[in-house]
Amino acid sequence: MNRYPLWKYVVVGVAMVLALLYTLPNFFGEVPAVQIQPTRATQKADPALMRQVETLLGQAGLRADGLSLDAHSLKARFADTDSQIKAKDVLQTALGANYTVALNLLPASPQWLTSIGALPMYLGLDLRGGVHFLLQVDMPKALEKSAERYQNDIRSRLREKKVRYAGIGREGTAVELRFQDAAIRDQARREIESGFPELELSDGTRGAEQVLTAVLSKPAQIKTQEFALQQNLTTLRNRVNELGVAEPVIQQQGVDRVVVQLPGVQDTAKAKEILGRTATLEIRLVDEEVMQDPARVQAATTGNLPFGDELYYERNGMPVLVKKTVALTGEYITDAQPGFDSQTSQAAVHVNLDGRGAIIFKNVTRENVGKRMAILLVEKGRAEVITAPVIREEIGGGRVQITGMDSPQEASDVSLLLRAGALAAPMEIVEERTVGPSMGADNIAKGFHSNIWGFIAVAAFMIFYYRVFGLFSVAALAANGLLLVAILSLLQATLTLPGMAAIALTLGMAIDANVLINERIREELRNGSSPQAAISAGYERAFGTILDSNITTFIAGIALFWLGSGPVRGFAVVLCLGILTSIFSAVTISRALVNLTYGRQARVAKLII
Amino acid sequence: MIEFFKLKKDIPFMRYGRVTTTISLLTFILAIWALTVKGLNFGVDFTGGTVLEVAYSQPAQIDHIRHALEKTGLTEITVQNFGSARDVLIRLPNKAGMTGSQASEQIMAALRADATQVELKRVDFIGPQVGKELYESGALALLVVCLGIMVYLAMRFQWKFALAAIVANMHDVVIILGCFAFFQWEFSLTVLAGVLAILGYSVNESVVVFDRIRENLRKMRNTSIPDIIDNAITTTMSRTVITHAMTQTMVLSMLFFGGEALHYFALALTIGILFGIYSSVLVASPIVLWLGVSREDFIKPAKPDAEANADGAVV
Repeated sequence: MNRYPLWKYVVVGVAMVLALLYTLPNFFGEVPAVQIQPTRATQKADPALMRQVETLLGQAGLRADGLSLDAHSLKARFADTDSQIKAKDVLQTALGANYTVALNLLPASPQWLTSIGALPMYLGLDLRGGVHFLLQVDMPKALEKSAERYQNDIRSRLREKKVRYAGIGREGTAVELRFQDAAIRDQARREIESGFPELELSDGTRGAEQVLTAVLSKPAQIKTQEFALQQNLTTLRNRVNELGVAEPVIQQQGVDRVVVQLPGVQDTAKAKEILGRTATLEIRLVDEEVMQDPARVQAATTGNLPFGDELYYERNGMPVLVKKTVALTGEYITDAQPGFDSQTSQAAVHVNLDGRGAIIFKNVTRENVGKRMAILLVEKGRAEVITAPVIREEIGGGRVQITGMDSPQEASDVSLLLRAGALAAPMEIVEERTVGPSMGADNIAKGFHSNIWGFIAVAAFMIFYYRVFGLFSVAALAANGLLLVAILSLLQATLTLPGMAAIALTLGMAIDANVLINERIREELRNGSSPQAAISAGYERAFGTILDSNITTFIAGIALFWLGSGPVRGFAVVLCLGILTSIFSAVTISRALVNLTYGRQARVAKLII
Repeated sequence: MIEFFKLKKDIPFMRYGRVTTTISLLTFILAIWALTVKGLNFGVDFTGGTVLEVAYSQPAQIDHIRHALEKTGLTEITVQNFGSARDVLIRLPNKAGMTGSQASEQIMAALRADATQVELKRVDFIGPQVGKELYESGALALLVVCLGIMVYLAMRFQWKFALAAIVANMHDVVIILGCFAFFQWEFSLTVLAGVLAILGYSVNESVVVFDRIRENLRKMRNTSIPDIIDNAITTTMSRTVITHAMTQTMVLSMLFFGGEALHYFALALTIGILFGIYSSVLVASPIVLWLGVSREDFIKPAKPDAEANADGAVV
């Protein structure tokens, strides 16, 4: 009765071999490497890049232990961190801005293991060190910004269609139009309805004037918010690429949040600065009418601002009055590169605009020849006029050169910011968790020691108390640990310190199943069953209880996974997986061992339990 | 055969019902008192704020550090040793108009200016909104786990068992929380995870005993209910103690080797495991008895009993 069919032994055997194979990479450790990644998605890491890197390293007298190419990046392994860092510097300078060169650690396991997908466990930030940010997108701001765009678009459409409105303004996220009489208002309403179907219009009156209020419809608002989040994600990806982080995680969380994880990043100040920057470029016209009257400029500097204008100071300290209406924003920028003005050899930024931006820019410059145009860098709600050149002629083709930077370094910074794109809405860091590299290594050691010493103590007791059956139980427990680590490696689930605690906890709880079985077998023996019958009954009767008792813990695990975040989620994943593996190992594997030992004997005189 | 529990006769646990219930009630009231008077010392996960852990190469001079930090203009900073003499924990609450992500940079700058040999080990900054959400989802998780377990037990056994198990285990949870409140140990997200795991785990204990009660109800036709329960507890006693001892061994290993990060987590588990044994045996079973468990709950009577079915009893 205590015999397994062959296939069951095969299943157990195969499971154990696979578990061993997939656990193996965790013991090899990691080697220093340099990761080279094209900054643009359109570019690919290809064999040509590989040859180039090889030559570059050769010239610098460095030798990579191996170069590997995948879809997104090229990775070069090195024998020690010294040559790794040297190689990074060499490659960074030689490859320039088109590639991100980052330090990374690669698993040191042999090639054949990697090729069957056996990778070490994916360590969470608390184990490997790095920064975790949770950023909140300011959605009301995103809606306001879109209302601002509609205000401009409605204005130009009504002008185009020669609808004479008395005024246009914005109140939060609502655009308000004023008219002399209802007939014009109805005409405007028709125009807006046909041009902007996503707006909801409502009529009203204010004094003698007829008012038309336009707000975004609910679905359009949701779409705007989704778009804002997507744009921010893209922008963040670009910015993180500029930072040179090997395996960044940038993910949406909920409807208005973004998680950014930068493993290995230590300079959190720099990371925060680059992520948090909300710089965008705005091109607005200078209010020349006011500027020609020194008295009015003087009045403006003392707080008496003309309507529709804003006061800024140029770098040379001269006050400049700029119209509130934005002619062109950074959204239309496709590329920005630092460089020099060909005539004055001043530091400059060369900006390329997309098709729509090029047309707008062409129109603005054509209509305002001879006037000044202010180029503003808006950062964290503060705008700064970089330069305010006079428009000499119509500028077509979408290629714009901005001068007025103090140094080539500043030109490079500004171009980086413009290139990385603008955020559709400002973001704020609402959660930060930084773990230093030594702390990460410390945590791994602590988690490992908790597990190993706990396991040894449990094993010692089990063998002392249950003798041979204790040995089976310990073997099953070891198999459980192996299976759990193998599954975690295979799934590449994030292992955190609470996750390591969960491994210890599940091991401690998994032994429960074996204790139940062993106690049942003892009881059966006491009640006078034969050894074989006792084994069989013990396993069968205990199974129901094992299932029941594990399911309740499983429920807790599921709830934690559902409602938990970060490290707690890691805990929940391990807890749930550990319960599954423990049922398999405690019941099937230990039974297989028992069957192998006792099943073939016709008569077992005595069980050592 | 080595046996720690050679019990010839069943221990009359149910006869001690009055005593054990009084003890439970007292500890429970004490825990509630600690919770209401002292309150939980919520960690930064729930309150929001910033925590920095830094390590010095020399034993740190707390007063000196405090003084250096005063220059940053940040207020309500607390500085304390953490683990060893060289490790320092710095906390500050969230302040309006000042994002914590900037505060941590300011503090590190001040510390670096003061002493070169300082290493940043960890920063946790939790915004007020996030802290509130973590608090809410934590409370929700507790509720979901309780409900999930109750529904499962009601389906698997019977509502009386479900109710008894959840009362017994909530009693554990309240006592763990009470201990945390009484000693003002920091209650963090990890501790909450531990509490929820222990809730699931402790229910195991009740499940094993209930399983036996059910089995005995069918087998021991002429035995009174209290005796049946006594027998169920006594026969599972050995398993109960050994299992918990094993889990506790693992948890102790965490307590000794897991460092500060797992310290309170392991403490919560320790209290949970110790009270788990007590409550599932000496709280859950008397409640089942008082709720009036009977053979009819598990053995279908001759005439169809609509009420039992309405209760969701599954045989």
